[in-house]
Amino acid sequence: MNLHEYQAKELLAKYGLPVQRGILANSAEEAAAAYDQLGGKFAVVKAQVHAGGRGKAGGVKVVKSREEAAEVAKSLIGTNLVTYQTDAAGQPVHSVLVCEDMYPVQRELYLGAVVDRGSQRIVFMVSTEGGVEIEKVAEETPEKIIKVEVNPLVGMQPFQARDAAFALGLTGDQLKTFEKLMLGAYKAFVENDFALFEVNPLALRENGQLACVDGKINLDSNALYRHPDLLAQRDKSQENEREVKASEFDLNYVALEGNIGCMVNGAGLAMATMDIIKLKGGQPANFLDVGGGATKERVIEAFKLILADSSVKGVLINIFGGIVRCDMIAEAIIAAVKEVNVTVPVVVRLEGNNAELGAKILDESGLKLTSAQGLNDAAEKIVAAVAAL
Amino acid sequence: MSVLVNKDTKVLVQGFTGKNGTFHAEQALKVGTKVVGGVTPGKGGAEHLGLPVFNTMKDAVRQTQADASVIYVPAAFAKDSILEAIDSGVKLIVCITEGVPTIDMLYVKKAVDEAGIRLIGPNCPGVITPGECKIGIMPWHIHNPGRIGIVSRSGTLTYEAVAQTTALGLGQSTCIGIGGDPIPGTSHIDALKLFQDDPDTDAIVMIGEIGGTAEEEAAEFARSYVKKPVVGYIAGVTAPKGKRMGHAGAIISGGKGTAEEKFKAFEKAGIAYTRSPAEIGKTMFELLKSKGMIK
Repeated sequence: MNLHEYQAKELLAKYGLPVQRGILANSAEEAAAAYDQLGGKFAVVKAQVHAGGRGKAGGVKVVKSREEAAEVAKSLIGTNLVTYQTDAAGQPVHSVLVCEDMYPVQRELYLGAVVDRGSQRIVFMVSTEGGVEIEKVAEETPEKIIKVEVNPLVGMQPFQARDAAFALGLTGDQLKTFEKLMLGAYKAFVENDFALFEVNPLALRENGQLACVDGKINLDSNALYRHPDLLAQRDKSQENEREVKASEFDLNYVALEGNIGCMVNGAGLAMATMDIIKLKGGQPANFLDVGGGATKERVIEAFKLILADSSVKGVLINIFGGIVRCDMIAEAIIAAVKEVNVTVPVVVRLEGNNAELGAKILDESGLKLTSAQGLNDAAEKIVAAVAAL
Repeated sequence: MSVLVNKDTKVLVQGFTGKNGTFHAEQALKVGTKVVGGVTPGKGGAEHLGLPVFNTMKDAVRQTQADASVIYVPAAFAKDSILEAIDSGVKLIVCITEGVPTIDMLYVKKAVDEAGIRLIGPNCPGVITPGECKIGIMPWHIHNPGRIGIVSRSGTLTYEAVAQTTALGLGQSTCIGIGGDPIPGTSHIDALKLFQDDPDTDAIVMIGEIGGTAEEEAAEFARSYVKKPVVGYIAGVTAPKGKRMGHAGAIISGGKGTAEEKFKAFEKAGIAYTRSPAEIGKTMFELLKSKGMIK
């Protein structure tokens, strides 16, 4: 789950991080009032969407008056912002963050952290090259990214934060401030189960103070059960509608661009099913893992999700029965097809316990269901059926 | 004799009296696995499936001399259960539980490594030596005792590889489902090493998926360490970037962890691979044939 910039900044402020002042505005009027309240000569109006690249996409603008703040807010709120990180439709803007102006600054720094799979530790990264995409820095000048690996048993130590501060060329009071900032960020990371955290840029202002000008936080979905306060901040409008619906039924669904819907048990097999559709010349419309228990209710919900995508012209069901009996799955599929009124061709591949009986039940159902033997056969049949339409 | 588990492995079930623990313990018992009891705190002294229930893992190990434990507790309790198992003296812990927070696993992984204990999972189907011992949720009947070792991040894809090799008359020595999480207890490299060192494994199927760089590292490791034939497969060629594909660890982030990079690593390491999930068995069969290991 992602947090908005304003939510991330609020959270980081609680851990003592110096964040840029900002006021959330849901309308032009609120933006104008926020401008007044900040009281500066300039303010920055920033679209709140779950995507990077907002600046270049016109989602971040400097304003010089309350009227201009209102105007920019009006032009952004209610529209979709398309950035290099979004799809062509973009992300809906429901609010803007009106921020105090930080510029000019001495330098723009970078601070980020991830759970690193290789070292199996939380790794903090700092760089003097803030304000640009860190991926670009990593590629072109990797030596400019300083990594700090944290031993999970003892946590981040002050010396590690100092090492980073010196590497950033900080001096005097800034050293102490940065140490506190980085230790606070680590505490926030572990206490809130971040998966990814980024402050870019971390501004070193003309007055020598540090300020988090942006804040990006991605939370570990597996850990949300212990953070009800964060879960309450989820903005479903930023997520794919069908993916949100799927999560309500505990189904794993990811929308893709193709026209062959997939219903599979197991995440690995679900990906493999998409891949084999492509290998056979088709295009998968989605990833969908119905999980271990392919019951009638889950199959019905899965069908509804798949068919809610109007580009779907056929459906491939691929279930490796394992311990569950395939004849029971076949009956669940038949019941679901009848209830949801599926009209597109459906190819079903059942493997495992009682697979033959399952196939027989499907073939004798009188419904538009084709049973398949094995993965190749299944993929070939659905690709051919969709191509014939 | 296979790796990790065999006919003599004595298994305890953590979360024994729960729905999943009960169902899968029954299934394991049915096929002759030596399940010797289980733990449900507060229910110690009771009997379940004709076996003793203990309050703590320490008690259970003391009284049953179990070697292994399998965990079916909810995700919120998985960290505690694994740490309790480490402390109890079992040498193998298999955590089936899905949805364990990643930060919990950072501590757990460090703890198992320091204790020198093998953890499989979490979020995995478990480990099986066909004909001898089943610890986990995989279907017994598709397996066939034999000499192919299988390691995979995905449950149902493991079954796919098992069914395909079985159908071609090949069998499996041991199948290890290492699980789909970003911080697994056992990695592809660990499994490759176990299989290379096992005199009863002749060849290895390695199944990976998008996310992380474990397969690339395993390919590099295989090049120097593994002398046995290896067949690789990677799922997720068609997966979009930045989207979590079911498994917590199956995500292409920052452009890293794509299927193409992993196939490239296989190619570089001289590992035979297939791009079709339907041809894992066939690829292995042909590889063994070309090496004169089967007719």
